[in-house]
Amino acid sequence: MAQKIDADAGRFRQIVRGKIKSQLKGYISNGEMIGKKGRDLVSIPVPQITLPQFRYGHKQTGGTGQGEGDVGQSMGGDGSEKGKAGQGAGQHMIEVDVTLDELAEMLGEELELPKIEPKGKKNITQQVDKYTGISTTGPQSLRHFKRTYKQALRRQVMSGTYEPTDPRVIPVKEDTRYRTWNTENLPEANAAIIYAMDVSGSMGDEQKELVRITAFWLDTWLKSQYKDVERAYIIHDSTAREVDEHTFYHTREGGGTKISSAFKAMNAVIDERFPPSEWNIYCFHFSDGDNWEEDNDICSTLLEEEMLPKINQFCYGQVTSYWGSGQFLQELKADFSDEDKVVSCEINDRDEVLGALKTFLGKGR
Amino acid sequence: MLSSKQVRDAQEEIEGYAVAMGFDFFPIVYEMCSHETISEVAAYGGFPTRYPHWSFGMEYERLAKGYGYGLQKIYEMVINTDPVYAYLLDTNQMVDQQLVIAHVCGHAHFFKHNYMFSPTNRKMLDEMANHAVRVRRYMSKYGVETVENFIDCCLTIDDLIDPHAPFIKRHDDPFVGKGGDEEDDEQEPVSQRLQGERAYMRDFLNPPAWMEEQRKKARAEAHEARHFPPEPRKDVLEFLLHYAPLESWQRDVLDIIREEAYYFAPQGQTKIMNEGCACWAHTRLMTKHILNSKDVVDYADHHSGTVAAHPGRINPYRLGLALLNDIEQRWNKGQFGREWEKMDDWKAKKAFDNGAMLGKEKVFEIWQHYNDVSFIDEFLTPEFVAEHMLFGYDWNDETEVYEIATRDFQKVKDKLLFGLTNHGRPFIYVVDGNYGNRGELLLQHRFEGTELKIDEAADVLRNVQTIWGRPVHLETVQDENTVILSFDGQVKVKT
Repeated sequence: MAQKIDADAGRFRQIVRGKIKSQLKGYISNGEMIGKKGRDLVSIPVPQITLPQFRYGHKQTGGTGQGEGDVGQSMGGDGSEKGKAGQGAGQHMIEVDVTLDELAEMLGEELELPKIEPKGKKNITQQVDKYTGISTTGPQSLRHFKRTYKQALRRQVMSGTYEPTDPRVIPVKEDTRYRTWNTENLPEANAAIIYAMDVSGSMGDEQKELVRITAFWLDTWLKSQYKDVERAYIIHDSTAREVDEHTFYHTREGGGTKISSAFKAMNAVIDERFPPSEWNIYCFHFSDGDNWEEDNDICSTLLEEEMLPKINQFCYGQVTSYWGSGQFLQELKADFSDEDKVVSCEINDRDEVLGALKTFLGKGR
Repeated sequence: MLSSKQVRDAQEEIEGYAVAMGFDFFPIVYEMCSHETISEVAAYGGFPTRYPHWSFGMEYERLAKGYGYGLQKIYEMVINTDPVYAYLLDTNQMVDQQLVIAHVCGHAHFFKHNYMFSPTNRKMLDEMANHAVRVRRYMSKYGVETVENFIDCCLTIDDLIDPHAPFIKRHDDPFVGKGGDEEDDEQEPVSQRLQGERAYMRDFLNPPAWMEEQRKKARAEAHEARHFPPEPRKDVLEFLLHYAPLESWQRDVLDIIREEAYYFAPQGQTKIMNEGCACWAHTRLMTKHILNSKDVVDYADHHSGTVAAHPGRINPYRLGLALLNDIEQRWNKGQFGREWEKMDDWKAKKAFDNGAMLGKEKVFEIWQHYNDVSFIDEFLTPEFVAEHMLFGYDWNDETEVYEIATRDFQKVKDKLLFGLTNHGRPFIYVVDGNYGNRGELLLQHRFEGTELKIDEAADVLRNVQTIWGRPVHLETVQDENTVILSFDGQVKVKT
């Protein structure tokens, strides 16, 4: 049912998503980061816009409460929701689940991202047979004993030959049941993301956090665009290896940097698992840009000759670290200035993650 | 779902008992609503129609999501009008509806009899609808965003009214004819002169030169003393309404915001009493008359949810009901007055009972003449605070958490009253509408020991400046120094 308030609610949502009235952006409170819950649910607080008013700092005024506890005992938390002693019905923050699809939509609106058009075989689904059905005919090897006896029991009860005092159930030929298959349409995975991260000594925790945040949002967006997303993770210093997701985010290694090793590893993964005719492949590489100088040329050659023909996009995100020279970004920009598939940007702090996402995803490839 | 006849019968029965008990209210009209509708109405502050604004949408989303995820539920909504409109959630079961109807009887009695509500417009339903029409008209004429931005501005200061003036002359200007008039200039200031009986002594006692000097001095003083406004005004909105250079549509929007703020103010100031009154009504009506034995558990469940204690927060339903019960009991036993208060032995004091049986009379009287501040101030006793485990909490800078700071009666009471006085908000006055003789606006925060959130205050000033059109200033205290916070395009702080 359409309601009068829909217009107001719609306007509120637009403000929250930054589409209109950006001057109110500073007053929107919606807590912190997004945490993953279950498979694809994420919980975010209900956004609230609090217009400024003349108020006391609540830390100064404290308040009154009711209940057990000794003087000096902590009330727990930072007390941010205990703000309204004695007035109002008390407004709790509510954690509300938003699906990742909604989130990606919001992200798309926020960044004004174009929808990615999946290449080639966009609606191809694979047919898979699963033995989930029951049939009255079939090979003996697929006989379903339990169902067969159930059927026999049912027949005996119906025909009145079942004796509760002498519970013998004897199946006849018509009672026999067999397992059979149903055909299911399974969506074919058609996007692959390969993340590679420099874990050499110069990449600190803060740098890795930036990579993590960026990767999360990349995942979210690409998932909303493709039915399924395959991921591969590569870490490297002077040598590269493929790892699982957890290791990817939690490893700290030392040593020098040889970016070409990561490129080789990415290439190997593509050749091995993701034939370019069937996959949309996105490669993301994060580093602080501190590379051996003689390695830069090898990288360029590898990228141009081996990788670019196979992949949709190569993204390079350079995080700034204390030690990194950041030379690699310049090299890349110089060598691939007219190549659409190569996108690069710098991510210096959290505020720039949004910009990086826009650069990476904005081309809609 | 219950039929409307069932609800009507229940209403008739309950109201019969309520009237017999002494409750008196305007006719009550019940509307059965789906949860979407009740969330919508609640978001609109209890009214079916309000002017378009995103803040209502925000509230609606919060309520609808809360309901959708099973986190909260609005059983009922009632507004102060004549007739009283009350909204019932249509999925309530019978015992819930009975409880809610009994509860509404209490609210309706309180609206009709409490002095704070006497100046409110009982036809506010129509007024709100008119406001909506006017704002929509402005929006179609001047643009949605233009009007909405102006409403945003007004809403940042909609608490700067004077809720302590229960009878407000709304539409005439209290200071025309005072202060700025030229005639006043001509009036000879009375200068001091020494008294002398004899005419020939006059010039000796009061030499003309000295007299002239005195006269000049007095005139200068009078000029100094002529303030605009003559004395600080707490109703900042009214001042802006009269003196800010606004377009007529802006003036009207500001007037709408102010009128609605005044309409809602008494509810904010009587939250504890009002909910206490309603809970008092539903407990008495339900347990004495209405409740079937099969519904006892459901009733108890619903009631205990309503008056549940939330750690670290005062639940007005709980506090209001408990304090009223306490008062009723004390007045039934005659535990009041000088004689009782003078008793030293707390045991004897507690056991005192002269069979006065004045409790019910007393609570009805309180509902008429008190607001939350005077109610708590007069009736909160040390025994009550101890029994109900009230405490005051404070922020601890070192551990960065809120801590229980005190269970001392006086301190707890002070904290409670502080949170209720002026809605727990700072007192802000207009002190000068021609600050520095440059037509700038000076507001003053009456400092009572607690400092303002200064960054937020600066943002408010930005909005006030949009309305006033000239630079605006706020005198307040920061780090124990008096400072003037100014906004004239950018924020400045001057000590």
